[in-house]
Amino acid sequence: MSKLLASIYKEFLLLTRDLGGLTILFVMPLVLIITITLIQDSSFKSISKSKIPILIVDNDKEKISESIFEGIKDQALFDVIVKDTEEEAKELVFNGTYQLAIVIPEKLSKDLEKKINQNVEEVLAEFGLENEDNTITKLDIPVKEVRLYFDPAVQQSFKISIKSEIDKMISEIESQSIYKAFQDQLSDEETNFAFDTEKFISFKEIVPKLNDEEVLPNSAQHNVPAWTLFAIFFIIVPLSINMVKEKSQGTFVRLRTNPVSYATILGGKTAVFLVVCLIQFVLMMLIGVYLFPAIGLPSLDVYGKVFLAFIVALFSGFAAVGLGLLLGTIANSQEQAAPFGATFVVVLAALGGVWVPVFMMPNFMQFVSNLSPMNWGLNAFYDVFLRNASLSEILPDLILLFLFFLITTLISIVYNNRKNAV
Amino acid sequence: MEMIQIQKLSKKYKGAEDFSVSNLDLKIEDDEIFGVLGPNGAGKTTLISMLCSLIKPTSGSFSINGLNYSNNKNELKQLIGIVPQEYALYPSLTAYQNLFYFGSMYGLKGKALKERILHYLEKFGLLEFSDKKIKMFSGGMKRRINLIASILHQPKILFLDEPTVGVDVQSKNVIIEHLQELNQQGTTIVYTSHHLNEAEHFCTRVAIIDHGKIIIKGNPNELVAQNSTAHNLEDVFIALTGKGLRDHV
Repeated sequence: MSKLLASIYKEFLLLTRDLGGLTILFVMPLVLIITITLIQDSSFKSISKSKIPILIVDNDKEKISESIFEGIKDQALFDVIVKDTEEEAKELVFNGTYQLAIVIPEKLSKDLEKKINQNVEEVLAEFGLENEDNTITKLDIPVKEVRLYFDPAVQQSFKISIKSEIDKMISEIESQSIYKAFQDQLSDEETNFAFDTEKFISFKEIVPKLNDEEVLPNSAQHNVPAWTLFAIFFIIVPLSINMVKEKSQGTFVRLRTNPVSYATILGGKTAVFLVVCLIQFVLMMLIGVYLFPAIGLPSLDVYGKVFLAFIVALFSGFAAVGLGLLLGTIANSQEQAAPFGATFVVVLAALGGVWVPVFMMPNFMQFVSNLSPMNWGLNAFYDVFLRNASLSEILPDLILLFLFFLITTLISIVYNNRKNAV
Repeated sequence: MEMIQIQKLSKKYKGAEDFSVSNLDLKIEDDEIFGVLGPNGAGKTTLISMLCSLIKPTSGSFSINGLNYSNNKNELKQLIGIVPQEYALYPSLTAYQNLFYFGSMYGLKGKALKERILHYLEKFGLLEFSDKKIKMFSGGMKRRINLIASILHQPKILFLDEPTVGVDVQSKNVIIEHLQELNQQGTTIVYTSHHLNEAEHFCTRVAIIDHGKIIIKGNPNELVAQNSTAHNLEDVFIALTGKGLRDHV
């Protein structure tokens, strides 16, 4: 026991003597979380408050294009700039000056009206409500194409959401036109609209409740747990460097000649770096609760969640330390440990769903994601912060995280003993 | 009584063409100061490393105080002390903190450990620097701390790999004096060195090894006397190993 305590004390001293390392350990994650949340929050605000300039080439100049203009204005997302030619708009978008151009085709209004009227007449004819002249002339009306030009640098998610908005807008215009065509055919009075064109189906988001109050997640509830986990796992870099340094300094050679087990040496490192993880967690929580509101960001709601969140941080810390011990045991130089450790954490974070939610990943990557300890940690954090889960509900993830620690530590010990077997 | 008994000990590193230590037989008596001498790449460090359980022999066996590593690993580790060629210390910790940690690894603790650390720091002229970080120390000071870290648990046998490399004369003298004192108190010392003059005066017996094999062994004075053209151990060494450079990778 005294050997373990001495090891813990030594690791504590080594860590506190390395001011640069300490700064990286504690300050960088804080800088990261503030920066990420500020960017995400400001981009959200920019969408809701400021407008994205888009180009429109109106070759129709009639009712439909007017409706599109109106629809775009109603969205309050875009600032419309009208251009005369498709070529001009295309060039401005493809060189990155603008992110989007919408080209409305010629005779869109007239052809749409013709097409709808033709369809409506056909439908009415089926019911014996044909026109007085009893003749339906089938015209060959070409399919119309609203062309969209996107800046190649625009992300896929932005393209999808824009396409979906425009599609929705055109569908609404089409529906309105169909209603109007029926109205025109069935009624002599043009002004009285017989159809109720209000939306019949609407949707409402139901969110979880805590103490009968709806818990609305904000960007802090998403960001703080995700980036706290990222910071916790980043500990594998300083931990593995600490171990590699012992090899290069020769102190590890001395330890190998001492009557002390490798497990005891790792025990000292585990205890100290686990405390570092928990301090990181506490600092991140404090930033979320106190600093975020002070700088205009949404506050992190920790009410009734602190204990469980702490438990998740503890077990995530175990998993991160286990990984660091394994990397430090296998790596022979800082040049191996540092870049590999840093890159591996980013890979784990990506797999864990820190950037792209797991449900949006391809099936194979979703399977791989299930093997990432960051995924287990993130799930557990989201369960606590967003789904109001109990201890028993997060227990499976906690068990996985602890098993990961045990397995990686065991592999480290076996690897070391085999490598240094005498 | 034999403290170390080595039988047909060999070591060939992975990928190497030759054996670093080849079929080596040696007996080292209790209370000896035994010097293992040889040119670069002769196999000195490999031999010491095997005896300290740092590397695994390819073949052969050895025992220390009648014990071997396969059955008595921790007991043997408690018996030996090793002073590695490099400074095996934490640069950002103080001298006292380094010694406290390494002493603790031998099971020493509390007041006894503290007193022993202070005793050796004083003995080696480093007491006033006990709370200074190792990275501030000169080469000679680091060598002395490196030695103290290896003798805190008062080992029965002490292995030293080039303990006086890169130190000033004063530090070297302090180290040699205290090693002799330790030997008088009953510690067997096995030591490698390039300083043949130092070995000639310090060692009770030496073995000159080259290409992993012992060429000659015996009392330094007797070895010099046996060679009619030699005036000192260095002459014997040159006569046996030649003047050619031993650079190799």
